[in-house]
Amino acid sequence: METAIKIADDVRSGRRTAESVVRESLDAIESQNEKLNALLGVFSSAIEDAKEIDRRIAAGEDVGVLAGVPIVMKDNMLVRGERCSAGSRILENFDAPYDSTVTKRLRAAGAVLIGRANMDEFAMGSSTENSHYGPSRNPWDVARVPGGSSGGSAVAVAAGFAPIALGSDTGGSIRQPASLCGIVGLKPTYGRVSRHGLMALSSSLDQIGPFARTVEDAELVMSVMQGGDEMDATTAEVVDPSFAPAGASEDKGVKGLRVGVPKEYFVDGMDENIKKSVLDAVAEFERAGAEIVPISLPTAEFALAAYYVIQPCEAASNLGRFDGIRFGYSSEGQTLLETYERSRGEGFGAETQRRIILGTFVSSAGYSDAFYKKASKVRTLIKRDFDEAFKRCDVIAAPTSPSLAWPIGEKFADPLSMYLSDIYTVSANLATIPAMSIPCGFVDGLPVGLQLMARPFDEASLYRAGKFYQSVTDHHLKTA
Amino acid sequence: MISNEQITHIAKLARLRVEPENVAKTAAELESILGYVTKLQELDTEGVPELAHGDWLSNVFREDVAVGSDQDERSRVIEAFPHKEGDLLEVPAVFQDRTE
Repeated sequence: METAIKIADDVRSGRRTAESVVRESLDAIESQNEKLNALLGVFSSAIEDAKEIDRRIAAGEDVGVLAGVPIVMKDNMLVRGERCSAGSRILENFDAPYDSTVTKRLRAAGAVLIGRANMDEFAMGSSTENSHYGPSRNPWDVARVPGGSSGGSAVAVAAGFAPIALGSDTGGSIRQPASLCGIVGLKPTYGRVSRHGLMALSSSLDQIGPFARTVEDAELVMSVMQGGDEMDATTAEVVDPSFAPAGASEDKGVKGLRVGVPKEYFVDGMDENIKKSVLDAVAEFERAGAEIVPISLPTAEFALAAYYVIQPCEAASNLGRFDGIRFGYSSEGQTLLETYERSRGEGFGAETQRRIILGTFVSSAGYSDAFYKKASKVRTLIKRDFDEAFKRCDVIAAPTSPSLAWPIGEKFADPLSMYLSDIYTVSANLATIPAMSIPCGFVDGLPVGLQLMARPFDEASLYRAGKFYQSVTDHHLKTA
Repeated sequence: MISNEQITHIAKLARLRVEPENVAKTAAELESILGYVTKLQELDTEGVPELAHGDWLSNVFREDVAVGSDQDERSRVIEAFPHKEGDLLEVPAVFQDRTE
């Protein structure tokens, strides 16, 4: 499928109708979704929405920068009137009563929302195997996982269902599937994009961001989604201009850009092929005049441990709203307590219950000091590491995932080994910084991702570095 | 060591039902994960403040005034109630032993 920029340009100038673009998307879904299980549902209004865009263009209206661009939503983002299950049984019959802020902003820019993507239940998982609706499959090898938790969104873009899909990233849930599926995935700075209408998982970590084939497309979608929202008090309206070098995103070159390479992300025992792909990518930056700076993030090795305390605590709290009383699956017991226990016990899947138990334990009386408070202090140390590093460099380059896409089922029975697949991504969420995965090569026919991280609100440096890299390489042009 | 009683207690706090045959497995999984996260204790965090979110954030205040609700949204929320009487949400009795 064409890029979002090309589609919007064609639709706005009348070379193509939005309807023909959306029909192309729906045809791709029709022919491939049964195999890939990327989408849980197609929005019935998609064709009508596209025709409306065409009518408005015919009437001379400016419909926006995403005119006619088909976009897939993750199934934890509300689209009024559409089913929204978060990959869970507990919401198998739940229809969204209102639009999320991102839904409104994308539509206001002319985008056509075409369907909802499969995901690990409530966005907990690294493989999409925790979905109540079955795993999604990696288009590069359908016997392998696409990553997660936004696996269905990543597959939708990688398989050409749509040029853009949205994901949510709490500990790597956009970047890791982007890496495993060979596409671009961006987790913006905490506070950049409103989460109003996103089902809350871990409120101090969650961010919505785009999947795309090109960095330009991701940047275009971000320009529409970002910015303050009175419905999400954590969003930032005014961005400190000192964070973003002026005009950086217009500059395709990287001469003078300081690229930090953290030694803690390239350790003995890591996959040598992944290491080589990532270091080859760093060498491209050096050849173009970037300055490569060896850096250290000494607390990095504790990030995953801190994450798997903080994340389950917040998840256990946020998931308290699913009680079988007000909405969602309800299983009546003899008492109120029994109704809660049965509705949640039957409605939530195994991993969700595991995290609720874990989160409740580490925040319970007698344990919260040793676990939750300790992890929150370690979070400060992780943030300080990045603050120090960014005095010496502008972006940090690292692998996104410690492994290639693995066979479905391989890590499913061992929660800890599944958690370890987030080892390179959780730090950016804990430190609230923006981070992006871009394709940087293939090993045994499977994609490898380069992760770039930057200062808070300096997505501009990620766009600059990413656009440069895609201008000198062709990994992102290959399709499964 | 996580005891079976601890699992049952935590499950009750979390309003989850862990079936008796799954208690030991749940304890083993919890222990494996706690074994990993215990490495946090190796770090000296004396005097280090806790970080809960983006450090530029501050409280956002607004006037506490009632605003009308969107009628379409309201009807969809009511439609989603598992049990209702008219427009009202029907809930199970909160108290187990009611004295007349």
